[in-house]
Amino acid sequence: MVKPAATGIDFANAASPAILPEPFLKWFSSRGWQPRAHQMDLLSRAQAGRSCLLIAPTGAGKTLAGFLPSLVDLTLNARERKQGEIHTLYLSPLKALAVDIERNLQGPIRDMALPVDVETRTGDTPTSKRRRQRISPPDILLTTPEQLALLISGSDAKRLFAGLKYVIVDELHALATNKRGHLMALGLARLRHIAAPGLQMIGLSATVADPDGLRRFLVAQPQDEELLADLVIAGAGAKPDISILETTERMPWQGHTARFAVPDVYAAIAKAKTALIFVNTRFQAELMFQELWRINELDLPIALHHGSLDASQRRKVEGAMAANELRAVVATSTLELGIDWGDVDLVLHIGGPKGASRLAQRIGRANHRMDEASKAMLVPTNRFEVLECQVAIEANYVGAQDTDPVGEGNFDVLAQHIWGVACAGPFAEEALFIEVSSTEPYRFITRALFRRVIEFVATGGYALKVYERYARIMEFTPGWWRLRHPRLAQDYRLNIGTIVESPSLLIRLLKAKPKGPIVRGGMVLGKIEEAFLEALVQGDTFIFAGRCVCFEGIRENECVVTDATKRDPKIPSYAGGKFPMSTFLAEQVRALIASPERWKLLPEEVADWLRLQQVHSILPAKQEMLVETFPRGNRHYLVAYTFEGRMAHQTLGMLLTRRLERAGAKPMGFVANDYALAIWGLEDMGEMVRHGKLSIADLFDQDMLGDDLEAWMDESYMLKRTFRYCAVISGLIERRHPGKEKTGRQVTVSSDLIYDVLRRHEPDHILLQATRRDAAKGLLDIARINDLLSRIQGRIIHKRLEKISPLAVPVMMEVGKEPVSGAANEALLGEAEDDLINEAIA
Amino acid sequence: MNLPAQKPENDMPKQVAAQLGDLALVLDAAGVAYAPDEHTLLVADLHFEKASSLARRGVYLPPYDTADTLRSLTALIMHYQPKRVICLGDSFHDVDGHARLVNAAAEAISSLALGRDWVWISGNHDPDGKGSLPGQVCVEVDLRNVKLRHEPQFISGTYEIAGHLHPCARIEQRGRSLRRRCFAINQNQMVLPAFGALTGSLNVLDKAYWGMMHSGNAKAVMLGQTAAYAIKANRLLPD
Repeated sequence: MVKPAATGIDFANAASPAILPEPFLKWFSSRGWQPRAHQMDLLSRAQAGRSCLLIAPTGAGKTLAGFLPSLVDLTLNARERKQGEIHTLYLSPLKALAVDIERNLQGPIRDMALPVDVETRTGDTPTSKRRRQRISPPDILLTTPEQLALLISGSDAKRLFAGLKYVIVDELHALATNKRGHLMALGLARLRHIAAPGLQMIGLSATVADPDGLRRFLVAQPQDEELLADLVIAGAGAKPDISILETTERMPWQGHTARFAVPDVYAAIAKAKTALIFVNTRFQAELMFQELWRINELDLPIALHHGSLDASQRRKVEGAMAANELRAVVATSTLELGIDWGDVDLVLHIGGPKGASRLAQRIGRANHRMDEASKAMLVPTNRFEVLECQVAIEANYVGAQDTDPVGEGNFDVLAQHIWGVACAGPFAEEALFIEVSSTEPYRFITRALFRRVIEFVATGGYALKVYERYARIMEFTPGWWRLRHPRLAQDYRLNIGTIVESPSLLIRLLKAKPKGPIVRGGMVLGKIEEAFLEALVQGDTFIFAGRCVCFEGIRENECVVTDATKRDPKIPSYAGGKFPMSTFLAEQVRALIASPERWKLLPEEVADWLRLQQVHSILPAKQEMLVETFPRGNRHYLVAYTFEGRMAHQTLGMLLTRRLERAGAKPMGFVANDYALAIWGLEDMGEMVRHGKLSIADLFDQDMLGDDLEAWMDESYMLKRTFRYCAVISGLIERRHPGKEKTGRQVTVSSDLIYDVLRRHEPDHILLQATRRDAAKGLLDIARINDLLSRIQGRIIHKRLEKISPLAVPVMMEVGKEPVSGAANEALLGEAEDDLINEAIA
Repeated sequence: MNLPAQKPENDMPKQVAAQLGDLALVLDAAGVAYAPDEHTLLVADLHFEKASSLARRGVYLPPYDTADTLRSLTALIMHYQPKRVICLGDSFHDVDGHARLVNAAAEAISSLALGRDWVWISGNHDPDGKGSLPGQVCVEVDLRNVKLRHEPQFISGTYEIAGHLHPCARIEQRGRSLRRRCFAINQNQMVLPAFGALTGSLNVLDKAYWGMMHSGNAKAVMLGQTAAYAIKANRLLPD
């Protein structure tokens, strides 16, 4: 049952007019503005005491709409407020966004001389200021979900939040669907418990596929019922003007670098006032930046912005951008969320958009005003991406969306939260259970599971109970828990958050090659992942922060580099975007391939490519799946056009090779991209099918997700990595801190060992359950494979070919680099040993 | 991503032979060394009760590390049937580790020691020895002119087998980095890998090894799933 989130009168349709005090009316009219309909709608609902979700496109005055109820309330009720209490809490996924909002709020507050003070609080805020904020907080505190977790774990949380009236959650669509959002949901429930009754939540979101999920997220969910926050939708803005960048160069079959299109990208930048160039990964960003400067004859100010760069460098770029000093910025998703940047009039998107909603978000960065059309150009980097771009453009026009659902919260996040609750003071187990299960992500949790998570927090939750006397929290009286020692609250604060970064090192640029083990001086360029450094030896060159650098080695806990003299860097092998193509886009691409009458929209050479495929093989209908088998070199190939994204294909590849092995096809390996999967082996799989030794239908049977999956998952490297994340988030192992350890090695190794020991002795342990859930959902895309397998039942077309087909070329050219299975690693070790033997014989 | 889907041809455990002075050794992929002429099994850094030691400061690792380590050790003792077992120190993670052993673990150790000599060399983690467990405690053992001790001393011209450092090695093969526990070996010295289920490891190129990998004939015998692999020192990489 669904009902509006307030008892008594149904305000949802009540047209009680919003109260907008004099200073506000004057301020609007002094600028020649009218309050927008959705701003007034939201205000009146908020003034009626309701929690609301505002869905609005970028540039619709979303921020002002979100803060208006709070600013008005502070203006009208200034005198009644108590010192030491926060009135409005604003949560944003990005620190930079909070800073940006502070700037945007200060203007109107000053203009109207409102009695309101606003401050930000992030990890970058000086300790002294943070301390002062706890004693004497501002009316409006702008912060991040991690800071919220820290604030509610303090013993002063009750005082700080007793007078809280509004919580504004910005970019809710981006936050709510992951572990960060799930932790935040628990934090919000805590705030409802601490604050005086009547606390209201206001969620701000871009257009999403399922607004009801977010509406439930904003209000407490009673058992057996659904409550929804009010929904306010701002009218759609002007239709964006999106096109595919035309290029005179030949469209590559495969690849992700867009090197061929650089002159055209440059020409587009030169024509625009300010351009944002979005890429899917940091390495694409580095490469594009480098290539643009190589041909930058006009000396245009072009900058680089990605998450690995040093914060001060990023701030510099952001400053220059806001001051309109730049002509172009090459950026990754760090610039994606609603930050307002000067006069961007063109967005260039390199690579497949991977999702229609993601594309809409990025395009929204151009002309940050709702009534002007954003101008965007897509730059596909290979032929399949042309198809992807084409369908994404059409999707954006029809407003189709492919955002993720809120999803179920996992136990690791819940464990962290419970530890935090205990840090603030003793708690009653039953009350906390009711509070936790009132949140959207944890509605499903049973009392018994909740108890297991509590026991996990207390002593690790093992079946063998030997840690009772060392417990972190203890049940001091039945049903009541408290922290065993105050020191444990400090441990909690050091281990907070749900983002487990892969171990990374500072990268420092020296003027000259280091002579000894100790290095001094040099500029910090940013951070680089240890996994990347592992593959480097001294003298290797790579691009970082827009320059070609030479790897000199690791000193202490830093990666030391010098300027490279060589011009041609060893670019890290790069295997495509980290975001898999959304189910929605995949479906559209399949439909496009199946409709030759629509190919006229495509560049001629891409249409020709599809026509060639019709001649040499076949093109499947929308609901069908094509499987081709053909020989090449001394191997035999099986290519399946599954269109389910790289992640799902990797899992599928693992499972299919296991089955082919059993069928005697002697599979040797596989390779995957976003669109297809190629498996090669020693036996002719087409011939095996012909002789009835292999059935393609059986190969793709849904029972693949049974025993094969279980058996494979247990030995999978991905599962170990997922376990590490869960172990860190849940507080089982400690987060690494700068200077505490040399590298992430110790953690990595021990979490693998812990995983092995736990799996052997307590395979049902709650953290292993959490790991399997995460792996099935995120890393392995099991749900997507399941949908695929059920969709294609009875609809698989097998085509036996003499040689490789045009459609198969891209995946065959794909070079990927992924962890290999245990057996393969053994083979490599053996090979290394053989090298030694060969060396000895030679 | 190119994934060989086949298992190695040979699934039998593979050992590597080594010689230190007069002492012939078989290095097992499980991380122990066996001296056939002496019927002696060498094992280092068992770190029993590491998990319960950490639990005292609020880190709750699975309390199964002792059981797990013992299970592996039992299998090896059943396989080699040694007349003597020498543990090269840090057999317990801390001084009262032996006292925290659950009864079943203490009994398992006692029955393993039954009918054979059991030597506990003391280490920095367990200087006080073994409590009421069977076997003798000592600081050093001499085996065919090879000194067995916990902490390596790297004295030139003397043969030595030690533990303490938890060696591991890293190589790169076909663009892939592989890091494994290992035996570190040169002409005079050998450092055994840590055997305990939850023990970490330190790269053999670290300065704590006093450059032992730079001397002639140095190699790392890396531990795979089913086999040990001798890798020449010049192939090894730092972390």
